[in-house]
Amino acid sequence: MSDKYFGRSRVVRIIFIVVGVLFAGRLAMLQLFDSKYKKLANQQALRDVTQYPSRGFIYDRNGKLLVHNEAVYDLMVIPRMVKQLDTAYFCQCLGITREDFDERIKKARNYSTYSASAFMKQISKEEYAKFENKMYRFNGFYISQRTLRIYDRPIAAQVLGYVGEVDQSDLERDTYYKRGDYIGKSGLEKSYEDVLRGVKGTKKMHVDVHSRTIGSYQNGKFDTLPVEGANLYTTLDADLQQYAEELMANKRGCVVAIEPSSGEVLAMVSAPCYDPNLLVGRVRGENYGKLNTDISKPLLNRALMGQYPPGSIFKVAQSMVALDLGVISPSSGFVCDKSLVGCHNHPSATSVREAIKMSCNPYFYQVYKRVIQQGKHKGSIYKDSQYGLTVWHDYMLRFGFGQRLAIDLPLNGVQRGNIPDTAYYNRWYGKERWAFSTIYSNSIGQGEVTVVPIQMANLAAIVANRGYYITPHVVKGYGPDTVCREGVGERHETGIKREYFNIAADGMYDVVHVAGGTARRARVDGLDVCGKTGTAENFGNDHSVFICFAPKDNPKIAMAVYVENAQGGGGTWAAPIAGLIVERYLNGEVKRKAEETYYREIAPCQKLPLTRRVKKKK
Amino acid sequence: MNYQEKIKIDWTTVGIWLFLVFFGWMNIYSSTYSETPTALFDFNTYHCKQLLWILGALLVAVVIVLTEPRIFSNGAYLIYGLVLALLVLTLLIAKVTKGANSWIDLGPFRLQPSEFAKFATALAVAKYMSGIGVEWKQGRTKWVCAIIIGVPMALVLLQHDMGSALVFLALVFPLYREGLSGGILLVGVAAIALFVLALLLNKFVLIGGLVLVALFYLFVWLNKRTARDWRRTVAVLVCCVAFVFSVDFVFNHVLELHQRTRIEVLLGKTEDLRGAGYNVHQSKIAIGSGGFIGKGFLKGTITKADFVPEKHTDFIFCTVGEEYGWIGCVLLLIAYSWLLQRLITMAERQRSTFARFYGYSVASIFFIHLFINVGMVIGLVPVIGIPLPFFSYGGSSLLAFTIMLFIFIRQDASKNQLL
Repeated sequence: MSDKYFGRSRVVRIIFIVVGVLFAGRLAMLQLFDSKYKKLANQQALRDVTQYPSRGFIYDRNGKLLVHNEAVYDLMVIPRMVKQLDTAYFCQCLGITREDFDERIKKARNYSTYSASAFMKQISKEEYAKFENKMYRFNGFYISQRTLRIYDRPIAAQVLGYVGEVDQSDLERDTYYKRGDYIGKSGLEKSYEDVLRGVKGTKKMHVDVHSRTIGSYQNGKFDTLPVEGANLYTTLDADLQQYAEELMANKRGCVVAIEPSSGEVLAMVSAPCYDPNLLVGRVRGENYGKLNTDISKPLLNRALMGQYPPGSIFKVAQSMVALDLGVISPSSGFVCDKSLVGCHNHPSATSVREAIKMSCNPYFYQVYKRVIQQGKHKGSIYKDSQYGLTVWHDYMLRFGFGQRLAIDLPLNGVQRGNIPDTAYYNRWYGKERWAFSTIYSNSIGQGEVTVVPIQMANLAAIVANRGYYITPHVVKGYGPDTVCREGVGERHETGIKREYFNIAADGMYDVVHVAGGTARRARVDGLDVCGKTGTAENFGNDHSVFICFAPKDNPKIAMAVYVENAQGGGGTWAAPIAGLIVERYLNGEVKRKAEETYYREIAPCQKLPLTRRVKKKK
Repeated sequence: MNYQEKIKIDWTTVGIWLFLVFFGWMNIYSSTYSETPTALFDFNTYHCKQLLWILGALLVAVVIVLTEPRIFSNGAYLIYGLVLALLVLTLLIAKVTKGANSWIDLGPFRLQPSEFAKFATALAVAKYMSGIGVEWKQGRTKWVCAIIIGVPMALVLLQHDMGSALVFLALVFPLYREGLSGGILLVGVAAIALFVLALLLNKFVLIGGLVLVALFYLFVWLNKRTARDWRRTVAVLVCCVAFVFSVDFVFNHVLELHQRTRIEVLLGKTEDLRGAGYNVHQSKIAIGSGGFIGKGFLKGTITKADFVPEKHTDFIFCTVGEEYGWIGCVLLLIAYSWLLQRLITMAERQRSTFARFYGYSVASIFFIHLFINVGMVIGLVPVIGIPLPFFSYGGSSLLAFTIMLFIFIRQDASKNQLL
């Protein structure tokens, strides 16, 4: 059959081919030249699931567990994926109201409709169990497991610190953190955050259109495993800490106990104390608000943040400086001349040892005068005082005063105290407008001098060590090898002769053990406790202060005790409490049950807010 | 006459058919694969059901090869009549599924008569065109062909199955081969172009442009400016302008809402990635993320995770794109193109108009399916749900395409004998 339209077969063939080539070109556009589809595909089908490492545990010096973790669950939501949700049923499962639901989902949407954010945080294991098997009905929701801190004993709250959600400044400072992560906010949790937190891992999961997990992506080829946080081994003695906290109940103040030979902090109490479990989980916000606004400031670690006049305790340091300068000798005697400065009734001291025992104010007035006015500048008492103050200031820094002790707790939570120098007085009075007579109050630990309780405990440790201190620290080490952080536990010398410190130790022994001593109530049968009382004047009632160490030879514990605004001197409240703590630590138990109960229950502190000074006492 | 000796089956075509069916099955398996272990032969899974259909199709293919080829030309009208009856029956008893009422429930299976209407109509038109003394030039031929094609097409349209109805337009190609004016192809292309431009551009800008083209044609292109050209050009121009003005009406009142939005999405007039634009957006993501060599068998993340709806039926091409990449897609396109070219070669060697016309019909129907299906998946054609031949999951379409192809293979096998 002749076919005049045969040529048309070619047209049809060409049309078919052209369409094929067109399609191949279009496919090349999609698959080869446009990378956006690859990104979109990964965005919607892959989800990074963060694997949170378990935060390191915290132990005491004897291996007793202080802090560990417990699993809780965060309910996460990807708003875009929420589809066909039976809201009423969902709310019922979670035990929330419809309004609550709307608010939460709105918050999540405001953050991102594509990325996951927490819908409900810290759901306990029990609560989660109630709706775990219904999760498949809630498209767009999934569970992320987290851990919470659990404190076995409600002690050492201010030292351990607390963990909280990262804030904006944390996010800006360190890109490791993502919104909703937890970070140590204070105490050890903060200063050892890098050790405790471990390293987060990520799991790439393949999810379907309902955001249900189908499986791991490429058998976990791109996953990173979380690294568990390292455990922290502290120097605290949990039993001693608990005992000290019990004694400080119903009071304001603090206790710092140090092992002098190592600088290890055995106990650090800041009263009023609070149960660290209050700042965990969903109750945290409410409790934090309460604690933060409490007038007695329970969140404050008074041992590091409190700045108090040292009172008579300072006389120990003063006498060491004067002896080392040679401006007095161990057997120097001064008349108790109450016209210079007030004093209580006692015989005049004929030696440094006696002066410490009796805490004679005029004696130390004379001592300080000799330190400040050394007679190097014959012409001008002003210049002479300037010289003397500078020498004295340098000595005091060697005792760890007037500077931050580099303890391994967050340093923004450590105060310096104040040891005035010439610049300080020049600013205050003008250059060469001041001399010893202007500043003599420093001699007895009043005036412009302020100290931090840990510095006072450290002073006790210096005397206990007869001339040096190891920077106090709270952590022995971390991780399986208990490595120690660099710079922790440095030894500092005062440069003052050991024999002078023996005199101080003798004096402090007499304070507790010899008739006429100011701290007879700190005595413990069978133990040679050495101490020094102080009565720090301030706006309200005087603070009752006591430092001590024991035993006298080869001391095991050095301590400072502060009881704020207590009616009575150092010997009345702080000394007996210190005695009980020493007894507990060195003997393992306290035999004086009646005293123990008495001091545990008594509430000597002036009520807050402070209004006036009830009684002036020197 | 020794009938057996003269059968010469075109094994190339059979080979391509086998390849497409097998590759299609692999992709159905992959797109519906889940990592939760299931029994290998669980007859609730798509790949197992499809395997049964493939075996059924093989059986049917063998049966067709073993039959006497004449029964298809002789029985063309009978088959056509039966299918028309089935279509009417469908309209009466079918329940609406996915917006269309195209399925007849047969217990465990559902039959889609419109799939079979395609080759039945092709057979009927081929039969009519091969009649003695029938030539395209005759006005009667045109009307009869229009009716043979139009009736099943209308019935399918009544089933709300726009996609399948469009497939009947494929018969324009064999008719063109038999003498239909090529102008109709041009008119078709021009109409689509004007339709798109009318939706995209301001009407008056478009009309101004048309007038300019007409003037250019008359004054620059044409040397002889005869009165006849004037009249014809003006007539065409008037038609075009009328068409442009009718576009809005057709778009807003004739098309259904989902068709309107699909066209708007395609033209980028609306971007509704979660609603009307969702399917194509997802299929583009799936294909686009495949890259050059793809993610590998069973390793697709988008298709498998249900992001692409109809991933194993109309959007099966996504799995190819995602798991085998550009290379895989091009290979598949080459396989299809090879089949089409082979069919045309085979059609041209037929000695009867019936077989040639039917061969062209088969090639054209495959082509339209390919064009609409792949075009839709890669975002060149509005979303119209029709299957990819031999590839998409579905028994009716696999059976119907196989019957359609093997009727022609059977014709071809004994082309010499038919003289």
